[in-house]
Amino acid sequence: MRETTPFKAFRAVVIAVLGLFTLIPLYAMITAALKPLRDVQGNFTWWPSSLTTAPFVDMWSTVPLARYFANSVIVSVSATAASVALAILAAFAVSRFTFRGRSVFTTTVLSTQMFPGVLFLLPLFLIFTNINSATGIQLVGSRLGLIITYLTFTLPFSIWMLVGYFDSIPRELDEAAMVDGCTPLGALWRVVLPAARPGVIAVAIYSFMTAWGEVLFASVMTNDANRTLAVGLREYSTQTNVYWNQIMAASLVVSIPVVVGFLLAQKSFVAGVTAGAVK
Amino acid sequence: MLPYVLLAPAVVMELLIHIIPMFVGIWMSFVRLTKFFLANWSEAPWAGLGNYRLAVDVNSSIGRGLLMSFGVTLAFSICALALSWGLGMAAAIALQQPFRGRGVVRTLFLVPYALPAYAGILTWNFMLQRDTGLVNHVLADNLHLITDRPFWLLGGNAFASIVTVAVWRLWPFAFLTIMAGLQSIPTELYEAASVDGANNWRQWRSITLPSLRPVNLVLVLVLFLWTFSDFNTPYVLFGTAQPPAGDLISFHIYNASFLTWNFGSGAAMSVLLLLFLLVVTAAYLLITNRRSRRA
Amino acid sequence: MRLRTFLAALTVPALALGAAACSSGTSTSGAGGAGTSGATPATLTYWASNQGTSLDNDKQVLTPVLDAFTKQTGVKVNLEVIGWNDLQTRIQTAIASGSGPDVLNIGNTWASSLQASGAFLPYDAAAMTAIGGKDKFVKAALDTGGMAGKDVTSVPLYGLAYGLYYNKAMFKAAGLNPPTTWEDMVTAAKKLTDPAKKQYGFALAAGSYTENVHFAFINGSQDGGSWFDTSGKPTFTSDENVKGVMRYLDLMQTDKVVNPSNAQYDNGTKAVNDFATNKVAMILNQNNADNSIVSNGMKTSDYGVVPFPSPTGGTKIATFIAGINLSIMKNTKNKDAALKFVNFMTSPATQKTLGKPFSSLPVLQGETPVFTDNAEEAKTFQDIYANMSKPLPLVAAEDQFESTVGKAMNSMFAKIATGGTISSEDVKSGLKDAQDQVSAATGS
Repeated sequence: MRETTPFKAFRAVVIAVLGLFTLIPLYAMITAALKPLRDVQGNFTWWPSSLTTAPFVDMWSTVPLARYFANSVIVSVSATAASVALAILAAFAVSRFTFRGRSVFTTTVLSTQMFPGVLFLLPLFLIFTNINSATGIQLVGSRLGLIITYLTFTLPFSIWMLVGYFDSIPRELDEAAMVDGCTPLGALWRVVLPAARPGVIAVAIYSFMTAWGEVLFASVMTNDANRTLAVGLREYSTQTNVYWNQIMAASLVVSIPVVVGFLLAQKSFVAGVTAGAVK
Repeated sequence: MLPYVLLAPAVVMELLIHIIPMFVGIWMSFVRLTKFFLANWSEAPWAGLGNYRLAVDVNSSIGRGLLMSFGVTLAFSICALALSWGLGMAAAIALQQPFRGRGVVRTLFLVPYALPAYAGILTWNFMLQRDTGLVNHVLADNLHLITDRPFWLLGGNAFASIVTVAVWRLWPFAFLTIMAGLQSIPTELYEAASVDGANNWRQWRSITLPSLRPVNLVLVLVLFLWTFSDFNTPYVLFGTAQPPAGDLISFHIYNASFLTWNFGSGAAMSVLLLLFLLVVTAAYLLITNRRSRRA
Repeated sequence: MRLRTFLAALTVPALALGAAACSSGTSTSGAGGAGTSGATPATLTYWASNQGTSLDNDKQVLTPVLDAFTKQTGVKVNLEVIGWNDLQTRIQTAIASGSGPDVLNIGNTWASSLQASGAFLPYDAAAMTAIGGKDKFVKAALDTGGMAGKDVTSVPLYGLAYGLYYNKAMFKAAGLNPPTTWEDMVTAAKKLTDPAKKQYGFALAAGSYTENVHFAFINGSQDGGSWFDTSGKPTFTSDENVKGVMRYLDLMQTDKVVNPSNAQYDNGTKAVNDFATNKVAMILNQNNADNSIVSNGMKTSDYGVVPFPSPTGGTKIATFIAGINLSIMKNTKNKDAALKFVNFMTSPATQKTLGKPFSSLPVLQGETPVFTDNAEEAKTFQDIYANMSKPLPLVAAEDQFESTVGKAMNSMFAKIATGGTISSEDVKSGLKDAQDQVSAATGS
């Protein structure tokens, strides 16, 4: 696309509008995190009348934030890694092979994306407790249970997205690699994956964020030792008070690593561009 | 053999976490799984289609509530999907060419998606409060557009609110996905089109959109499925003070199951929802497949 | 994680037993409990509800108490404090799966509904003796433990009651005395309302379905209504109930002493904030609001408490018997230890220790409240709890009553707040809707 004047105007408008849409709530959040509780409960003003950093200190003791954060990181990272790995394998099979049951698989997988979470919350809990009593593998009240639940949540969509990305990569590329002596998996690793890197990153981000933000299942399947942030943040709202400012402070602090992760992922996008351009 | 080996791990996980629980869920929809049988649910009496009959009987308040919730959810889904996709596409195009500060803008746009859902939605709850919120402060005190402060979380306005909040959280994802899709379009295509004298609009129509087709197909469907079964947004935005205009179906079913302890009836509603989504998806895939074959 | 898997493996036989109990529904816990409690010291899992200023605060308050119990009996207690957001779902999934705690807290309004699930141990004569006999409890409080005419499946732990909190300075400035009748209360509220100054007579949690259903019940009862007949059928639409509900809604609608924004108040703490910051002159709250009020910067001497008044000629009911109860899961493997624990938690000494930090009323006969230094307030609350209270319906469908009537109240308040009007007819049809849902769910 050329940088014509209308395009520049379009770009300016898009950035301005979406920038405001994004920034205003962020601003409200940041100022709320810096206000004493009483001011947060009072009328909103653009300029806080008094500033305090106390919420950033108190938030660690009101709720065991550090522990929940660690749990969330472990659960989200493991679930993401596993989900992306399984999705890559499955998507590669669907995209590059014709085999019996291919369409059954794809439609079934996609249809699982439609199951309302509410429908299988209770059944899943029952299955986990039964597995627990049959094999001793503790899935309820453990990180492992959450990890396999989340990885499965994101699997259908990840597979579908990756099939889309893989399909958009010319088959000639991996056929050429196979002519050069690569096995199919070698072609996946050397050719398809590098070319589909932006797609893989997008899917990984999606998996991570799903695990990072899930509330319903985590609220039932965790106890205070392995609770994740998404649920744990609600504990700032207690019987006697809702510590709004600490909620905001905690949310901001725990989001910093995620935003930094996004920043790093940017580089992969750029790398993806070059990989796609080399033909 | 190889494709099956590649699929195996995904299939096992799907079976364990999705398929088997789904069948348990479907079984639940045919029994009277109320509090009386929760502890010994295997003995819950067979209800046949009783739970379904209750759910679709629009003359009863339960059926009417479900139908209304369904309508609201459908409207919500379509609005949120269209807006998220449109904003995501606009931003991805705007940021396609490098310029100073692109990385910063790109990261900024992704921030709403990076924040914990609970915190992001709660912030909106804050901003939408009638007396103390930012939105009314801007409208009434800064811009002087209104004198009588409206409610944003009650009554009809709640619909606009929940769409806005959902879009705020979702559009960065559409942006991310489309942006990733744009990267794999060879720049040569654009160069050739430019030589032919195609303007940006035509390039978008004739190159960008067709190339993004596989990505868009999935993205649109998934955004629809997500918004349709969105639980977090109504749950956090409205709490227990849930207005009819924001009564999304997942939360509605959750309340029907857990709040009234009628898991059988909740399961029946879920199965109906599942059937609806299956039909929509099948129709969507059929239509899009036929089109792509024609093309 | 490896350690946990290892420990889990060690407990497999025990868990298998638990699962068997879950699927068959019949429990043999008594025998199992007797076997284990003697030789090896048992470990109990205890789910406590959030009573203090944070879950961590609850933990700090409870830990020394639990340690004392361990020292006394050798029984270890695994404590988990669960927030109100999650407690009900956690209990439901625990019941369904048969894998839960040994002893747990429940909101006493759920007692009958949870009893109906059959997952809790009935306190029969022997069990009752083991926890110190039924006579030690305040009778009205014990009655909340389950359906009328059956062995209770929960016993009271922390007592709570509603009171009308008023701002002493605001009342004094307006030359008002604390109200003793509904009419007085409305007059005072009107006098203290000045929308221009954003000051209102009252703040209500009008967006909280639990608060709303409590006051639908209390106001209906003040007008002589009852919500279920003796056979357990819902009677939501009686004239008395409609009248009571209407009276409560009118605080916002016709008396205009409540800021319409209150329709968004989905939990009690928002009303407390308004009260503590002198935006409103009165709030209705349970006695554990003391903690919140003080933590919002108001001194205990700045407010007074009187019973929530009835209209002239009405029944003097100011509260339902609120509070937290203790239940034992039927499939516990440590029945004896669990009973000992319940006995310990409901002993006078423990009640005294926990009464202050959790702002609770004693559930035991002859004990005096320790939750406040203000003797007058303590006396008022004890009087309300003992003499002006009525339990919420002790029927299995209580949970449905709460959610359906509560939600109906929410939407009526929402309609008023957004400029609509609610007539008695609307109230009746709203309650009829709720009643239909309860009937459909219970099959009655």
